[in-house]
Amino acid sequence: MAANADISSVLQEKVLDAIAQHIPMRIVGRNTKAFYGRADVSEPLSVAGHCGVISYEPTELVITARAGSSLAEIEALLATQGQMLPFEPPYFGAQAEDTLGGTIACGFSGPRRPYAGSVRDVVLGVKVLTGKGEILKFGGQVMKNVAGFDVSRLMVGALGTLGVLLEISLKVLPKAESEKTQVFSCDVQEAIRRMNAWAGQSLPLSAAMFADGQLYIRLSGSHAGLSEACRNLGGESLAESDALWSSVRDHAHVFFQGDSSLWRISVPPATPLIDISGSWLIEWGGAQRWLKTSMASEAVRERVAAAKGHATLFRGSGLQGPQGQIFHPLSPALMALHQRLKAEFDPHGILNRGRMYADW
Amino acid sequence: MLSFDKQTLLAALHRILPADAVLCETEDLRPYECDGLSAYRELPMIVCLPHTIEQVQAILRVCYKMQVPVVARGAGTGLSGGALPLKNGVLLSLAKFMCILEIDTANRIARVQPGVRNLAISQAAAPYGLYYAPDPSSQIACTIGGNVAENSGGVHCLKYGLTVHNVLGLKVLAMDGELLEIGGATLDSPGYDLLALMTGSEGLLGVIVEVTVKLLPKPERAQVVLAAFDDVVKAGAAVGDIISAGIIPGGLEMMDNPAIRAAEAFVHAGYPVDAAAILLCELDGTNEEVSEQILRVRELLQVAGATQVRTARDDAERLKFWAGRKAAFPAVGRLSPDYYCMDGTIPRKRLPEVLKRIAELSAEYQLPVANVFHAGDGNLHPLILYDANKPGELERTEEFGGKILELCIAVGGTITGEHGVGVEKIGQMCVQFAPQELAQFHAVKHAFDPQGLLNPGKAVPTLHRCAEFGAMHVHKGALPFPGLERF
Repeated sequence: MAANADISSVLQEKVLDAIAQHIPMRIVGRNTKAFYGRADVSEPLSVAGHCGVISYEPTELVITARAGSSLAEIEALLATQGQMLPFEPPYFGAQAEDTLGGTIACGFSGPRRPYAGSVRDVVLGVKVLTGKGEILKFGGQVMKNVAGFDVSRLMVGALGTLGVLLEISLKVLPKAESEKTQVFSCDVQEAIRRMNAWAGQSLPLSAAMFADGQLYIRLSGSHAGLSEACRNLGGESLAESDALWSSVRDHAHVFFQGDSSLWRISVPPATPLIDISGSWLIEWGGAQRWLKTSMASEAVRERVAAAKGHATLFRGSGLQGPQGQIFHPLSPALMALHQRLKAEFDPHGILNRGRMYADW
Repeated sequence: MLSFDKQTLLAALHRILPADAVLCETEDLRPYECDGLSAYRELPMIVCLPHTIEQVQAILRVCYKMQVPVVARGAGTGLSGGALPLKNGVLLSLAKFMCILEIDTANRIARVQPGVRNLAISQAAAPYGLYYAPDPSSQIACTIGGNVAENSGGVHCLKYGLTVHNVLGLKVLAMDGELLEIGGATLDSPGYDLLALMTGSEGLLGVIVEVTVKLLPKPERAQVVLAAFDDVVKAGAAVGDIISAGIIPGGLEMMDNPAIRAAEAFVHAGYPVDAAAILLCELDGTNEEVSEQILRVRELLQVAGATQVRTARDDAERLKFWAGRKAAFPAVGRLSPDYYCMDGTIPRKRLPEVLKRIAELSAEYQLPVANVFHAGDGNLHPLILYDANKPGELERTEEFGGKILELCIAVGGTITGEHGVGVEKIGQMCVQFAPQELAQFHAVKHAFDPQGLLNPGKAVPTLHRCAEFGAMHVHKGALPFPGLERF
């Protein structure tokens, strides 16, 4: 039986206390994503106890759950109805103890993202505890809703700097009847070219990546549809491919082992390989690329920016890590706007201060 | 009292714009007095028709300095009065921004100016086998800038999403003229998701001057099944059955009998006019996938009690089936001097009770209703038939419409699925959101536009206004004039 508890009033009290006493807090679920973002050593505000699925309507394709809910339990529940979270969330916890709230706050999506949409795309509504200590609801539990500004999606990837997520409503989708992975040996430039050429055709793609000289293409759909698509694509069929995709998704793949800094590079998908020495793993049909390099941060960011992309220091250490600049620098105008938005949601600067960018 | 002098403003605008880009004569202003919600009209003080980003920037700087409110406008097809001008404000038309700047086939994106028509993007992408997915029924006329401002939908939202799911980047001018580049050609961008915040912000946060959209490959095949039912409840249940079977149709539309009859009389789509409801279910994807799903859906519809199930034999028949649905609004418009289109979204399973209640209200207000329903995503468009020339009928219609919106909220839905709040549903915003939530919306606006000069009075009601709305609600029916005037 999954845990189920509403501690929103307790959390609200804690935030009100923090406001009164000017004590900054860091929002913590199961602490599986503490590596992500800038370091924060302030008082923890634990939301792990705020958990449980509030409603799940398979025919409405909507689930609503509290932020501290176990992501794995949610996915297991959806699977009983042949459904899934379309964005294929990664699990970074050692025992897959990741929470829904942390995944939303970090804005993490997995291999299916370019073809089925991101975590932000499926967020329909949130209940959030702001830095003013107010519990507010935005969006809702229906697919189409344009009443009011889209504060729900604003929360995705905001790293808890705008509020404490309490409840999230998500659009879910049916699982495909079948999935197949085809493998091709080719060089990286050819892989990028092919991934993008195929993405421009009517094919049931659900993942595409390049690692170790191999291009992997996953297709999802009906048995008959996949057989035909695989025939058209060619390549070798890969058995037991689920393990491969989840290992890349969760960074358990051998590429992600070791201590060197790991960069997440987001570029227009057809961008040729960027001239940065290091090792690359290319995902999302070319749109998300993982880079291990010893090159200085500034140089990495400069070359990625020249390719119209942005670079995130996903995992690092020391100054080139949680103490330094993790996310791509914003233009002065955008930075000022971010600070004004932060101030409108968290005027006392008590929530996850400095987690995204220094000083706020 | 204006805080600025019109002649000084005109002189300042003439210094930065060509003479023909500044309109201030009544006959020139007339075409701008309303958008697609023509029940609300107001002449703007001045209309500006810039054609470069620098000109827009200069206009905004002048208005910012002089504290002049600005309403941006695309094609003016909006259905919630979002582009309704202000009599003491500048109406900023982006109609001259009509260039498709780039079709990047390798990255499958299009970079366009805001005044480019929705359909023109798909037409420009068609030679490469690509298209832009959101297709509001006004797509031949509506512009992409307006689509972003309203987060427009269409008939393919369940599978392909709304505008917010199909836009990658924006260039936006803040009220002070500052250029903000939000997103770009990548799937995500650093910092807050300002792209989501801008999309559907109804012109309150910034002026969109460039849009980068995602292009999708055209499905290899699309086929549509038409099913007739003798009962709307059965039709509603069939929708749930299709989705429970793990099928996400490209389009899934329902029409009730008055809408069927109106559409059939107008475009002769071959609809069964005696049916209580029809479903149009479009399946798209690869050839094999569509073949399988067509069989499956036909079977599901028959089991659900359809009195008739027809698969379009060819693309011509498919387009004919759709023609009826796409022309439903004007078709209903032929039945009556005026019609008023509502736009609530409800959880799909509540459809039977919502339709029943709408029918009761229809009898109570003595105003006929035709229902068109984006059944896949729960977005309901009741069309109320009325005659604006009959004294009091528009007022009754608006009150009836307000009741429908509040019904949508009561069953767990929302007052607007894709048309926006604008001026039209601003009262119902007070019902859907708590005062603190509305205050937070104002706070967001404040972060972008601290002076409150961009499209003021739309989308988010003031708390004062809600207090009045609440008071009026208690004394329903006793109001002499509905709409903006009463505030």
